[in-house]
Amino acid sequence: MEEYCIRMENIKKSFGGIKVLRGINLKVRRGEIHALVGENGAGKSTLMKILSGAYKKDEGRIYIDGAAVEIGSPRKGRELGIGTVYQEFELAGDLSVAENMFLDRLDTHGLVHWKKLYRRAEQALKELGFEINPKEQAKNLSVAYQQVVEIAKVLSISTKILILDEPTAVLTPKESEKLFDTLRMLKQTGVSIIYISHRLEEIFEIADTITVMRDGEITGSSPKEDIGMEDVIRLMIGRELSTLYPLRDACIGEEILRVEHLSGNRFSDIGFSLCRGEILGISGLVGSGRTEIARAIFGADTRRSGEIYINGKEASIHSPADGVGLGIGLVPENRKEQALVLAMPIRHNVTMCNIKKVLGRLDIIRQRQEKALVGDLTKKLAVKADTIEAAVQNLSGGNQQKVVLAKWFNADSQVIILDEPTRGVDVGAKVEIYNLINQFAQRGLGVILISSELSEIIGMCDRVIVIDEGRQIGQLQKDELSELNIMKLAVGGTVR
Amino acid sequence: MNTQESLTYVRKNAAAALVKKYIPALVFLVLLLVSSLLSDAFFTSQNIFNLLRQLSGTTIISMGMLMVILTGGIDLSVGSVAAMTGVIFAYYLNSAGLGVALLMTFACAALTGLVTGYLVSFQNMAPFVATLASMTATRGIAYIVSKGTPIQIKNPMVLAFGKGSLFRIPFPVITAALVFAAVAFVLHYTSFGRFVQAIGSNETAVKLSGVRVQYYKWTVYIIVSCLCAFAGIISDGRSGVGSANIGNGMELDAIASCVIGGASLSGGKGSAANALMGVLILGMIGNIMNLMNVAGYPQQVIKGIIIVAAVLLQGNQKS
Repeated sequence: MEEYCIRMENIKKSFGGIKVLRGINLKVRRGEIHALVGENGAGKSTLMKILSGAYKKDEGRIYIDGAAVEIGSPRKGRELGIGTVYQEFELAGDLSVAENMFLDRLDTHGLVHWKKLYRRAEQALKELGFEINPKEQAKNLSVAYQQVVEIAKVLSISTKILILDEPTAVLTPKESEKLFDTLRMLKQTGVSIIYISHRLEEIFEIADTITVMRDGEITGSSPKEDIGMEDVIRLMIGRELSTLYPLRDACIGEEILRVEHLSGNRFSDIGFSLCRGEILGISGLVGSGRTEIARAIFGADTRRSGEIYINGKEASIHSPADGVGLGIGLVPENRKEQALVLAMPIRHNVTMCNIKKVLGRLDIIRQRQEKALVGDLTKKLAVKADTIEAAVQNLSGGNQQKVVLAKWFNADSQVIILDEPTRGVDVGAKVEIYNLINQFAQRGLGVILISSELSEIIGMCDRVIVIDEGRQIGQLQKDELSELNIMKLAVGGTVR
Repeated sequence: MNTQESLTYVRKNAAAALVKKYIPALVFLVLLLVSSLLSDAFFTSQNIFNLLRQLSGTTIISMGMLMVILTGGIDLSVGSVAAMTGVIFAYYLNSAGLGVALLMTFACAALTGLVTGYLVSFQNMAPFVATLASMTATRGIAYIVSKGTPIQIKNPMVLAFGKGSLFRIPFPVITAALVFAAVAFVLHYTSFGRFVQAIGSNETAVKLSGVRVQYYKWTVYIIVSCLCAFAGIISDGRSGVGSANIGNGMELDAIASCVIGGASLSGGKGSAANALMGVLILGMIGNIMNLMNVAGYPQQVIKGIIIVAAVLLQGNQKS
């Protein structure tokens, strides 16, 4: 039998004259986990879409189990046993979990056997190690659980090649571990897994072979044992990356924000204070109430009880407009849906939080002043774009996030809350965003950083509070910060 | 993609967008040319000014409709509100004089927008439903006030406004032009216009930027109702009566004009200039068919086909 389950030879692809793939040769063994890494725009997703049949290749050959194949459509890909979990969720929000999982084969002879459907869905999810109600509407699930449903959906079709595009971007460490166990199990049964991720730690944990892409080419490919993390980073970005988390001289001033007995939807009795120049981490599992706490402080959600003090004065915050007016900024977890007007140019997005700065008489926007202001900011934040008139949707994830940060720079906020600010952002841009976060702190802002990545929390924060099931279960100072200590608190005392 | 390539990609996109922007204008020019060739009566100053005078009400209402559509909403009540305000204007004109009539007309229009806008922005009612209700209600009020028969207008100023002209340009056309200019200016140069468009594109993001989104949406519905009052008054002046029967199907003409002008019904996309092109395209089609003695029913079919063609041409059916 052929040793390689997949052989892709000299694959080329262009979009409107732009070469996205420049002759890719990729071999994947049967029953291995093959990691594909590279910065955003390196061509990983395009390559995988060609393999799954979503895109057509311009040139090249694909062999599955030694036989040459033409994968002209996603349907054909599925028939060949290729299943993909994409970065963007493809769940129908109003349908139930079970309906989503078996969407294309709900019925037998035109009738739906609901009981059987739910049982099969529940069973499949249990095999992955998750207890999810198959009758729940997909939109009510947290992003992490939606991801799990996506994976279960793909696995429910007989799959011998499983493509995962950033599967853990939204998962907590504990959930990621569960997923890894599942993947190892699948590997044993002979499934080949292609695993795309930005998180190098987990790639070294789970992959057998690592292939690095840059600018539409493969820059290196070798068994995990023969390659180090530094090598991978160098191959990815073409330069050395001295350190991921930039050092910062913390200069912590007086208290700027205090929260007392804050309760709301999915959290209760939260209390902490934040000082100027401080970066406070909020750690906890996805769905623990971290995001809801941030939204309540900002005014996006109503709170049930509790007080918020800004500069020692009680603040009345009932809407985002109140929050922004009092100098609070929020970088929400989903930048495309919650932070940016994608069709509008960078210029319009940046001034959105504080348009007053550029308004003249009769609320007329002083365009020249706005252009100068935004041009200045984008230069300072190193937003890579042709012009500030470019629509935000044409920017890469990292650059989009910089535009969001520019909004709050422009708003002259005193407190900024960042909810998963580096999600789906490549390594190079991550470092730049960390630098910008540090800049916020150095300017004397109070910074709250919410993240699922423990290394990020540890690398960036001066102090961390840990949230579990909506309760604040502990606080760690800088010198106590370690993955072990946080995890101990995050899962301690509760049986899940 | 490396940076250089992604930048050329952006440029190409921008070029395509630029071409798209002028499609309504191109369609308009082609139609103008075809119409002039088809009928000698078309390109006469009398026909043109007549056509523009007829279209002045639709233009004014389409400008308001555009703003509503930009926020991602829709207003079905425009025709009924025009009829209601037309009748109210005529009623108070006869019983209390011009000043009171103007005051009452605009007060009633604003009140209508106040209610629908409140339902849409603060009660989260679907714009389709809220304005469907006010469409029915305001038409009913129009019939109640007029007691089912058109109210005669004798005020010479109002009649002169409807029928007269300045330097040969009819007053209604001047009014429509001013409304167009004002809306175009607001959308392009003010923070209000900017936010109206942004809300239609991504309401959540605008809200989380600290903008009081609800007030903007509310205001838009008030503006469109007040613009309907202009259309109602113009109709009174032109026809010499305040009738509860005017404005039937007006909402569809206004929506069609915006869409022909490239506006997206999901919001965020569209411009005043292109909506105006939409009005002119739609009006011209009707006009040339009248001149060529095409019967009424086939006219409707052809109009429908042209709407579809105009939208297909812009290639944005999905957005």
